[in-house]
This record gives sequence, structure tokens and C-alpha cells, in this order.
Amino acid sequence: MKKSVFFGALAATTVLAGAAFAGTLDDVKARGELICGANVGLTGFGAPDATGAYVGFDVDLCKAIAAAVLGDAAKVKYVPTTGETRFTALASGEVDVLVRNSTWTFSRDTDLKFDFVAVNYYDGQGFMVKKELGVSSAKELDGATVCIQTGTTTELNLADFFKANNISYTPVTVGDDSEALRQYDAGACDAYTTDASGLAASRASLANPADHIILPEIISKEPLGPVVRHGDNNWGDIVRWTYYALLEAEEKGITKANIDTVGASTTDPEVKRLLGLEGDMGAMMGLDKEWAKRAIAASGNYGEIFEANIGTSTPIGLARGLNALWTQGGLQYAPPFR
Amino acid sequence: MSLSYIRKDMLAPQAPPISQSGVIRWVRDNLFKGPFNTILTLLAIWTLYQLIALSWPWLANGVWSDANSMADCRKIVAASAGPDASGACWAMIRERWSQFIFGFYPPSLWWRPILAFGLLFVALAPVLYSDNKSAMSKLCGVVGALTVLCLIGADGFSFHTVLAIALMAALTALAAIKPRLLLIVTLLFPFVALWLLWGGSIWGPITALLGFTVMVVIYGLVAPKLGPVMGASIGFIAACLWWLFLQSYVSEAWQALLPFQLTYVNSDKFGGFLLAFVIGVSSISISLPLGILLALGRRSDMFLVKTLSVGFIEFVRGVPLITMLFTASLLLQYFLPPQTKFDLILRVVILVTIFSAAYNAEVVRGGLAALPRGQYEAADALGLDYWQAQRLIIMPQALKISIPGIVSTFIGLFKDTTLVSFVGLADPLRGITTIVRADIAWKGIYWEPYIFVGAIFFIVCFGMSRYSMYLENKLKTDHR
Repeated sequence: MKKSVFFGALAATTVLAGAAFAGTLDDVKARGELICGANVGLTGFGAPDATGAYVGFDVDLCKAIAAAVLGDAAKVKYVPTTGETRFTALASGEVDVLVRNSTWTFSRDTDLKFDFVAVNYYDGQGFMVKKELGVSSAKELDGATVCIQTGTTTELNLADFFKANNISYTPVTVGDDSEALRQYDAGACDAYTTDASGLAASRASLANPADHIILPEIISKEPLGPVVRHGDNNWGDIVRWTYYALLEAEEKGITKANIDTVGASTTDPEVKRLLGLEGDMGAMMGLDKEWAKRAIAASGNYGEIFEANIGTSTPIGLARGLNALWTQGGLQYAPPFR
Repeated sequence: MSLSYIRKDMLAPQAPPISQSGVIRWVRDNLFKGPFNTILTLLAIWTLYQLIALSWPWLANGVWSDANSMADCRKIVAASAGPDASGACWAMIRERWSQFIFGFYPPSLWWRPILAFGLLFVALAPVLYSDNKSAMSKLCGVVGALTVLCLIGADGFSFHTVLAIALMAALTALAAIKPRLLLIVTLLFPFVALWLLWGGSIWGPITALLGFTVMVVIYGLVAPKLGPVMGASIGFIAACLWWLFLQSYVSEAWQALLPFQLTYVNSDKFGGFLLAFVIGVSSISISLPLGILLALGRRSDMFLVKTLSVGFIEFVRGVPLITMLFTASLLLQYFLPPQTKFDLILRVVILVTIFSAAYNAEVVRGGLAALPRGQYEAADALGLDYWQAQRLIIMPQALKISIPGIVSTFIGLFKDTTLVSFVGLADPLRGITTIVRADIAWKGIYWEPYIFVGAIFFIVCFGMSRYSMYLENKLKTDHR
């Protein structure tokens, strides 16, 4: 008897919870604050700076969403999440959206009941080696010792790659990036493998970055992007199209600085629709006319965000590569705003 | 007659042979006594030499000032000690020490945690040195002076600093004149600290305190009729009702009437040692009484009380702390109604307290078991009831026996607070270090943050351990 009451209550809670999740947009508006699941320790992508303010490539997307929905890029609360807690935090409703370099995979999308609404960074696993090793391709790494973080997909990718190329290696397992870097620097391993974006930051922090090279092979696909819960499609649309607005802005040459002058002078109907000068696209997903304009004004377009946080002008120095616009040979492609 | 072969005058006493005195003897006795000891000593000396030879250049080349990134540090070390030398980069500590101590607590409000930390020791003084008046006033004086110095460092001679000077001086004087009254400070401290750390309306903590008044009043009314246990439980229920349903209305009404508040600081600003101390101190202070009650419950004759205590203790001790922390941060969120805001730090404190209470219960039970049966019978013979016997005869002896175990639990608990990094809180060891390393300027730094944080942990834990030894010596009444 007692048991059934308990499970009944549990079921009721679940139903209520489901109902509450159905309107993330309303929740965010009522709260006046976007809760963004963030990374606390990924150089260039997301971390608090010396004053405690979150900065980074992923963080700027949170700011753009807050600007689009609430009209103020500062109305974001960043909830620090770890690799272990991130998906539960999203599923339990503790965060509205997870922008934390999470790889889009089949099982996460289906089994974990999430929606990866876009890919804001195409990453992949690469290798860094010392120049003096005289290696120019990962396929020449036969018999090498490789530093690898345990418990990650990179470990499995590494095994697959070496098996597929019929060469051998000795893994040196490490706990985290800083330990890996230390082991690599001390000569405990010939090569260090992790996501290429992380490798670039690691290389920049070594004593003589020029003595190390990142090999050209990328052995895995790591599409990283913002994640929302299954079932709240309107909220997913908002996150997705906010991101696409940033891409479209780059394609059309709209920047943080010129957004007002472009708005005044443009004759391009798509730009007019994007900036809310023509039609009312925001209303279709429960926002006002100028949502995209605010999102772009928050931290600039996609290219500006990239350059400011991780681009070639920063110490991390990542090239656009796959993340260039489709017009420049990359994969970043926004569907038409129509 | 004379016996020329007998000496009449005494020889002047001579110093013992060199091999039998001074340093040489000590070395022979302690380091080179027998081949086995000699080998061990040589091995130890060799190991020490290796360690020092390895780490000394690194420490000696350490860079403190003039560097704002790892690259700067490397440049300075290379310039002063040659291109291949390694050197510690303490400049990171110089630039980021505040995050290790305060997390992201706003710098303009640092006076609040500093003052709360100072008051912590004033509040602890009567508990730590209950019958040592001079030690109590000395502690208050020293802590007061240090607190004021820190406040001047953090805030200059602002209004708060002056207020804190007056407060600390008054408390030191109180400790010197009427040490018993300091206990009031101890009782009020949790509420004052809560208010200082989080801020908000002053009526929040005051009305929360009223809940305890409700409990005491009801206990006073009920206990004479139904006994202390019923009195305490009915009082507790009444207080809970007050906290859950009435408190917020009353505090809001008073806030509207007499508004007085400090800037509210959200929990996500807490980090570093501030967080470690908030979790450590609150869990330690709540878990000891809870542990004592559980230990008594486990030894109780009442079936239900005993079963519940045993079940609780064994269940909690059977679960790793990490599991409890994940429960606090993730699982609870599923069971609570959506959109409930149940502070993560509070959740963690509750579960860490439960965890440590179970361990304390077993330590105290060990003390209880060590008491001879005669002590219990003597208490009965004197006609004392259960609670009187516990308070006057059993507990003072049982706790004295358990001191090393209890302090050991506390030290473990304090160090375990670093595990909260797994649920996304910014503990000093992993949380803050990760954040610092995410800055491209400090990426690649490895030993320095660990050494810094380890040193502070060592000071705190060593302090606790020395205090427990002092207490053991003071309470030693046997003549073994």
C-alpha cells in the first residue's frame, strides 16, 4: 500500500516535471535568467577569468541566447558542470541548455534523450609530437609511447586508429590535461593525443611551442555543440536559430560594430528579415522582432567570437579549418532565414 | 707507614670517551647501531639527498614577482639560471591567491568572510579552553589582532574595519573579564556567520534563531510532564513547523518594517578555502552531537531506536562519500519538484554531515564500550536518571577516550571537502586549480598550486592534531 503511494507520488512528480520542462522558454522568461551549463576549465572555450566572469567561445553562445531571449547578454547564470555531471544536470532541469564542448553522438542524442541542436565547433582527435622525433605523419608512430587521458572516447579512438593501420603503440594513461602535458614535457611519452583544439592550447603553453608539431591526421569526428532536452522543440529551435543567426551574420558581413549601420543601409531582404526590419520571424518561436539583432550585438558574429576567443590572434591560435563558413571551404552552414 | 701504591688524592673526573658522549654517541646509538640500522640510515640519507638535489634548483630558482604568465616565469628563470634550468612559478600564487582563499567572492565584500573567520575562533574559544581563562583571552586577543590586520589589508580603514576593531576589542575584554558569557557568542555564531557570508536581510537569521526559542519554550512546557525525550521531539517538530511555514512571513514583515540588510552573495561565488571551511566547520560542528546521539541510540535498549540507529550508521558507512555527493548534486534534483531552488552548498553540507555523523557515532561508541560496567552501575546507584548519568558520568569519560578518534574523523572530513569538486563546486585543490590552469597565461603550471594548497591544509590539520594532544594531556587523570 505504502509502496504504491510512493510510486504514485513519484509518477506525479515525473509528470509535473515533464510539464514544467515543456516550456523552457517560459521558465527562462519568468526567471529572468538563462541557466547555462558551462565548462570551468577549458582554455578558450569556457572558464571563469581572474575576476570570476565566465569567458570563452562556448560562453559567448550562452550570452547570445540570453540576449535573444531576455534582451540582456548579462542575464546568464553559469552552472559549472563536470564531465560526469553535465548530462544529469541537463536532464534534471538544473540547466536550460548545455554549452560545454559535448560531442554529438548517436546514443547521447537518442538514448539519453537530448537534442544536439547545432555544431558550433567541428573538432577531432589529433596528435602532438616533438619535432626532434622526425615524424610527419601519425602513421609513422609505430612503437611510440602515447599519453592518453583515461576514460574518454579518445582512448578508444586511439586503439582503433593504431589497429586499423596495423602499427603498435604503448599507452601512458594520465588523469587530466595538465598531467598529460607534464608527462609529455618530461619526455614520458613521444606523442600526446586529445582533441585538436585542446592540443593547440597545450602546445601554446609549452616552453618552446615551435619545437612541437601537431600531426595532420585527425583520427575522429568530434562535433561539439549546444545540447537541450528532448521534447521541448520550441526551446531547441531558439537555441539552434540563435546560433544560425550568428553564422548568417558572418556570411552577410554583419559585425558587432556595424550592425546598426548595416541595418540602416541594407537592401538585402534576408538581412532585413534577420535584423527584424521586415516581417516578424521572432514571433514564430515566441520571441520579439529584434532577437537576432541582439544576439549578434552581444558578442559579435560567429567569426568574431571565434577570433576573439580561440582564433589565430589569440595565444591558442586555432585556424578556422572545418569551422570556416561553407563559402570559404568549411562546414559552417546556416539554413536560409525565410 | 705509608703505602705508596695507594692513591690518596682523587683524580679529577675526566670527560667520557668521545665515542660515549655527545653527538657521536647519539649518532652511533640512533643511526648506526648494528649493520641493519646502518644500511637503513645510509639509504635514508641517499634518498633525502636525491630528493633535495632534485627539487632544490627548482625551489631556488622560484619566481615570485615581475611575472604575469608561465612564459614570463620561464624567461626570468632562463635569464637568471641559464636556459635549461627549471624554476617554480610562484607568481601564479601572487596573482591568483585570492581565488584559492575566497573563490569568486566579490573583493569589496571580503571583509565579511574575514570577520566571520575571526569570530569563528572567538566562538570556539570557550569550547576549546573551557576552564582556561588566560588561554581563552589570549586566543581572542591574537585572533582579534590578526582579523583586524587582514581587514585593513583587504579593505583599508573603512567603516567595517573600525566596527570590527571595536567588536574584537569588546570580545577580547569579555573573554578576560567574564569568559562564561563568551558561550553566548558561540551559540549566536552560526547565525551571525550565515548572515555575514551570504548576506541578505538580517531578519532571516534572527527569525531562524526564534525557531530555537520556540523549541526551548515548548521543551520547557512539555518536558516536566512527558519527559525530556518527548519534550525535545515535540519542541523540534514545532520549530520545524516554524521554519517551514511561518518564518518567511515574519522575517518579510520585519524587513518591511525595519529594513536592514547586507548585499546578498550567491552560493556560486563561494570557492577555495572559504568553501572548504564553510563545509568543514558546519559539518564538524553538527556531526559531533549527531554522532553522540547515534552512538547512544545504538547502545539503547529500545528496539526501534536501536534498529534505526544501527540501520542509519551501517547504511551511511557502507556508501562512499562520492556517492553521497553525487546524490546531493544530481539525484535530489529529480525527487524535488521542478524549479525548486535548494542550494547546492547546503545539500552538500547536509550529506557530508550525515556521513561524518555515522563515523563519529562509531568512534563514540568505542569510547562508551571502553567504560567499565561499574561506572554505569555507580550512576544507577546514585539515583541519576538516564540523561543525568550520561551528562555527568558516562559522556565525560567516554568522550575523553574517543578524542583521538573524533579528531581523526574531523581531519579526514576537512580534507574530504576537496571531493566537492566532483559535483562542480570550486574546491581549492582541484576546482580552483582547474580554473587557474584554464587561463592560457597559467596553463601548464603543475606543482605550485598543489604545494600552496597542501601547505594550508597541513597547517589546519596539524593545528587540529596538536589541539587534540593538548586536550588529551589536560584531561589525563590516570597515573599510568
